[in-house]
Amino acid sequence: MPIIQKRDPADFIFSVVTAIASLTVIVLIIGIFTVLVRESSLSIRTFGVIKFLTSTDWNPVTNSFGAATTIYGTFVTTFLALLIAIPVAIGIAIFVTEIAPNFLKSPIGIAIELLAAIPSIIYGMWGLFTLAPLMAKYVEPALQKSIGKLPLLGILFQGTPMGIDLFTASVILSIMIIPFTASISRDSFNLTPSVVKESAYAIGATQWEVVKNVVLPYSKLGVFGGIALSLGRALGETMAVAFVLGNNHQITTSLYDAAATITVSLANEFTEADTDLYLSSLFYLALVLFVMSFIILAIAKFFLLKAEKRYSR
Amino acid sequence: MTDVVELQARDLSFYYAGNVHALKQINFSALQNSVTALIGPSGCGKTTLLRCFNRMHDLYPHNRYEGEIIVGGNNILSGDVDLIRLRSNIGMVFQKPTPFPMTIFDNIAYGLKLRGIKKRAELSERVEKALKNAAIWNEVKDKLNVSAYELSGGQQQRLVIARALAVEPEVLLFDEPTSALDPISTAKIEELIIQLKKDVTILIVTHNMQQAARISDWTGFMMLGELIEFDKTDKIFTAPSEKLTEDYITGRFG
Amino acid sequence: MNHEKKRKLESLMALAFSTLAAVFGLFWLVFILSDVLIHGIGALTPSLFLNDPSPAGVPGGGLRNAFVGQLLITFIATMIGIPIGILGGTFLAEYARGTKIARVISILADIMVSVPSIVIGTFIYAIMVRPWGHFSGWAGAVALAVIMIPVVMRTTEDMLSLVPWTMREAAFALGAPYYKVIVQVVYRGAAAGIFTGILLSIARVAGETAPLLFTSFNNAYYSANMKGPVSSLTVTIFQYAMGPYDDWHAQAWAASFMITLFVLVLTILGRIFIKWRYQ
Repeated sequence: MPIIQKRDPADFIFSVVTAIASLTVIVLIIGIFTVLVRESSLSIRTFGVIKFLTSTDWNPVTNSFGAATTIYGTFVTTFLALLIAIPVAIGIAIFVTEIAPNFLKSPIGIAIELLAAIPSIIYGMWGLFTLAPLMAKYVEPALQKSIGKLPLLGILFQGTPMGIDLFTASVILSIMIIPFTASISRDSFNLTPSVVKESAYAIGATQWEVVKNVVLPYSKLGVFGGIALSLGRALGETMAVAFVLGNNHQITTSLYDAAATITVSLANEFTEADTDLYLSSLFYLALVLFVMSFIILAIAKFFLLKAEKRYSR
Repeated sequence: MTDVVELQARDLSFYYAGNVHALKQINFSALQNSVTALIGPSGCGKTTLLRCFNRMHDLYPHNRYEGEIIVGGNNILSGDVDLIRLRSNIGMVFQKPTPFPMTIFDNIAYGLKLRGIKKRAELSERVEKALKNAAIWNEVKDKLNVSAYELSGGQQQRLVIARALAVEPEVLLFDEPTSALDPISTAKIEELIIQLKKDVTILIVTHNMQQAARISDWTGFMMLGELIEFDKTDKIFTAPSEKLTEDYITGRFG
Repeated sequence: MNHEKKRKLESLMALAFSTLAAVFGLFWLVFILSDVLIHGIGALTPSLFLNDPSPAGVPGGGLRNAFVGQLLITFIATMIGIPIGILGGTFLAEYARGTKIARVISILADIMVSVPSIVIGTFIYAIMVRPWGHFSGWAGAVALAVIMIPVVMRTTEDMLSLVPWTMREAAFALGAPYYKVIVQVVYRGAAAGIFTGILLSIARVAGETAPLLFTSFNNAYYSANMKGPVSSLTVTIFQYAMGPYDDWHAQAWAASFMITLFVLVLTILGRIFIKWRYQ
């Protein structure tokens, strides 16, 4: 690797300019963290850490704020979305790598990327005007009549199905995550050397057995990384969820209730916050979200790097 | 080596996708409990021929066979053959060692579990037997629950052989099994193959003529998709009938 | 025998499920896109592009200000984000190739790519909107640029790394200094890939709403003044969709259609370009 020729001033200048450009990433990350901490300091001093994270208060009138409701909403929507999205995404990846005839593989790959490229506000629009009414009219009542009658699972489906609730929000979120997870899983599956697959066939394994016993274990690092990445993305999703969640700060056991996520609260309340403490608490929420996503995305990157290392032997 | 014919190719032709004519009217017979080697320059079709015997080609679209392949008295190219059963009976070892992402024990037990054998005692017994037959038992008996990736290349290849042996096949197909290994591991595997033939019939593709001369009873020389000559190994390497064979053996072309 | 049948059945069912999953995924794509198409095309009228919004509740009016604003903000964001991204990627792939710092920055950039965009909005609010006392198009553009930079940086780094080292050596052998090698030889070799990276990053930010919510905010009137709040299509969609008026909803659909069209065309162009160039 050539050293920067310090004799040539133009080279030196160029190298410095590019170095500064690349450092913006570090500056930004540190900057975002510092600024968020600074802006939330009022709220941190008022509520502390544990109390804020566990308090279900969110009252602009009495100026009492806590993150528990929004954290709850964030987790529930994300968890449900992943629950639906992961099997579907892996199914799609299996379809593309194992079942689809060659001429289909490319178009389906493009279709997946198109789904991933659709801006989240479009999902939000569609969710509000098309999906939510469908949910309210057909899907949610049907689920309430069936699973809603069961003893334990039933509590998830109580209340009047209005369509603007945790359930619809989770479904939309899952549709958003599917192309992402499917794409990364497919890439991971393709890294399994065909010799290893052929060995399994040569022993007399069925196609599904080859996938289950050879391809999936082989690609599990990449797939985990993909799932963690989708988790990180889902946590930070705003617009897709903002239209159909209702921004109701509450912890509820029914999926048919409105709720709030950190992102949705920020979107709806940030410009309305009228007191310093209110705004500071919103910044506090943003800080919590930033830290959570950063950690999860770092874990995802860790898995993906490990997968890369394993396969470039 | 008995006198019973175990494998037979009859007027076998093969076309890759797009009608690429890869094998032309192949005819030969391999006796039970013998080692038959296929040699020839790169691209002559020896691996293609080998992969016909367990119908590996069926995994990829638009491949086509013509003629017959008789194994144990049945034509395995006929339409109603159960590929899964076929492949349980004919094992294959590839050029690069291909351990599955599992422990050593689970690797060997894999084929057995596929067949529904679940009892731990029976599995352990058969795994041990296979590992012994593959001459690797002593090296791994204390670390059966370790990942197969921890073994060296040569050990992995013997592991793969044990895996194929565990299901007690009648035929074993070897596709250049030692080309990725060092000389010592190569010697061990060659020794192993000679041992194995008393229980299995072996068909081995190799680009290493000396290896064919060392371990096989019969040898087939192929070129450009045709089986030029097929005879006892001694005869091929000392007094071949075809000029092409002689030219190849003496190194006039590679 | 029975066991074998069971295994085959299991295989068939598992593969059938996978096929169903693929159909399921495709179904949503078709459903969503056709919905946007149907609702959007219906509301596409010339007045949408030529008129500014009419007062609330008064039908008619268009989204001219939003179109102009969106273009303006996206354009400025591109002007800021692309150069920084490309230069940064150049550093990672060339001068700092193989070093630890490059590794660290690369990993951090990857993480930044997926950081919630609304958090970036709050960040820019704190450092640009609050000190200045008002929303501004500049703040919106900077917020979008912050999203673009890591994306462009990573694709540039990847594309530059694909150019074989021997090409650089040939240029050095002719006596060229490194910066000339990069600009005249390497950039040329990676041009298609970098260009696609640019297209895709534009597609990414063109549809963003959250970072604009508290930076460029929104403006009911036509304004090309970046120093004040500027209207954008995405924020307008948010506002109009949540509003009570039917013609607001119709306009929101039309705007959604235009944005989707823009984003998808860019994405497809980018993919086609890459396929064609690397064939």
